[in-house]
Amino acid sequence: MIEFSGINKTFQGKVVLTNVSGTFTQGICNLIIGASGTGKSVLLKSLVGLVKPDSGSIQYDGREFTKASNDVKQEIRKEIGMLFQGGALFDSKTVEQNVMFPLDMHTKMSKEEKLDRVNYCLQRVGLENVNHLMPSQISGGMQKRVGIARAFVMNSKYLYCDEPNSGLDPQTSIRIDNLIQDITHEFNITTIVVTHDMNSVLEIGEHVIFMYKGEKIWDGSRTNILDTEVKTLQDFLFANKLIREMKAHK
Amino acid sequence: MKTFGKYLILISTLFIRRERFSVYAKLVVDESISVGYNSIFIVVIVSSFIGAVTAVQTGYNLVSDLIPVSVIGTIVRDMTILELAPTIISIVLAGKVGSNIAGHLGTMRITEQIDAFEVMGINSASYLILPKILGCMIMFPMLVIISGFLSIYGGYLAGTLTGALTEQEYIRGIRSGFQEYNIWFALIKSLVFAFIISSISAYNGYFTKGGALEVGQSSTTAVTNSCIAVLLADFLLAKLLL
Repeated sequence: MIEFSGINKTFQGKVVLTNVSGTFTQGICNLIIGASGTGKSVLLKSLVGLVKPDSGSIQYDGREFTKASNDVKQEIRKEIGMLFQGGALFDSKTVEQNVMFPLDMHTKMSKEEKLDRVNYCLQRVGLENVNHLMPSQISGGMQKRVGIARAFVMNSKYLYCDEPNSGLDPQTSIRIDNLIQDITHEFNITTIVVTHDMNSVLEIGEHVIFMYKGEKIWDGSRTNILDTEVKTLQDFLFANKLIREMKAHK
Repeated sequence: MKTFGKYLILISTLFIRRERFSVYAKLVVDESISVGYNSIFIVVIVSSFIGAVTAVQTGYNLVSDLIPVSVIGTIVRDMTILELAPTIISIVLAGKVGSNIAGHLGTMRITEQIDAFEVMGINSASYLILPKILGCMIMFPMLVIISGFLSIYGGYLAGTLTGALTEQEYIRGIRSGFQEYNIWFALIKSLVFAFIISSISAYNGYFTKGGALEVGQSSTTAVTNSCIAVLLADFLLAKLLL
């Protein structure tokens, strides 16, 4: 479980996050949604420590993260896996080397053990016979799946996904969403997904946080999000004319 | 001052939260091969010609019959060892190696690969930059030694083929008044320049913000700043060590 409270962040006088608090529960997909520029990615980067909040507290299963020493942060980070928006695969390494990299750096497993684990993870995300390909030789959707394999190869307790569907076709997007949800349930991971894709919200949004102008406006799940009375959330959800008409006919 | 402070902080972070020695050993070997092997061709070309041109131009300026022509060899040797081999080759390598380092790190930054290292609990600066600096500090002195030999040989070929002096005169010239300390001076310079070029280029690449355009700008800034820093260091080292 990840708990955060009173997160504030300002960039050169511009307020990006204002007193954001919340809890991400273990074993479900927690979504952070909102329009572009509302502070979703900054909140996510604050949670993983890539951005230092001006104030506030972040706790990983009761362990304070923001004010922790570098050594403690490093230990917590070993339990974090992250899928970046563009995949962020190391372009000088093969698919196999990319997935094996966290094991090389943080474990004393033998070469065979590491290879077994890598092959299992690649198989789990539906990739076979790509071990020796370079990231530039595989499609965007495959890169995302390699990124997911790399994110959970260390048996991560926390999985962060920054806009996992950006640049993907609808079918591949749903496949990635389902994969993230399956892995979350199977390994009982605390998963946090930043997205503005409505399909993802309805597909895997077991817990949803809505951000607007740097503030958390709404907290709920996919089952009650469509019935919201919050005007800004309604504007976000029903921006599409077709969806507005469907809701009117409901 | 703020930039210089940020640069010093980056350099200090290279030595904290380091990975295992075996991790760096492989990376340093890879970087050394990349820096050394990929730069041999340009070093051979530049060195041979600067030696040849120095010999020809020195011969052209020797108008007094009182000065023996063997002095051409002496001038080519001292020019090569003291300045041309370490400084000119370092400036050439600032363009080649420096832009490569800045471009590589800049691309890694904008494609979030550096963030990926950090999220994995790895000190990205130490993992990515330290091997590049060590690789340069290993290979630059070797390239400067190769450059010195080729420059002096280039001077020999140009001097003898143009008839400016004979083979014996050139050999006598390069053996005349030789000081071993000059070799050490050249090697010290190459080490300092290697550190300057690799660290400044890494700094510019590592802190790239934006997109492809900014990566290009980082590379250009890295080369410009490295060249200026090399020339400044060249002057300071000459004052301090000669």
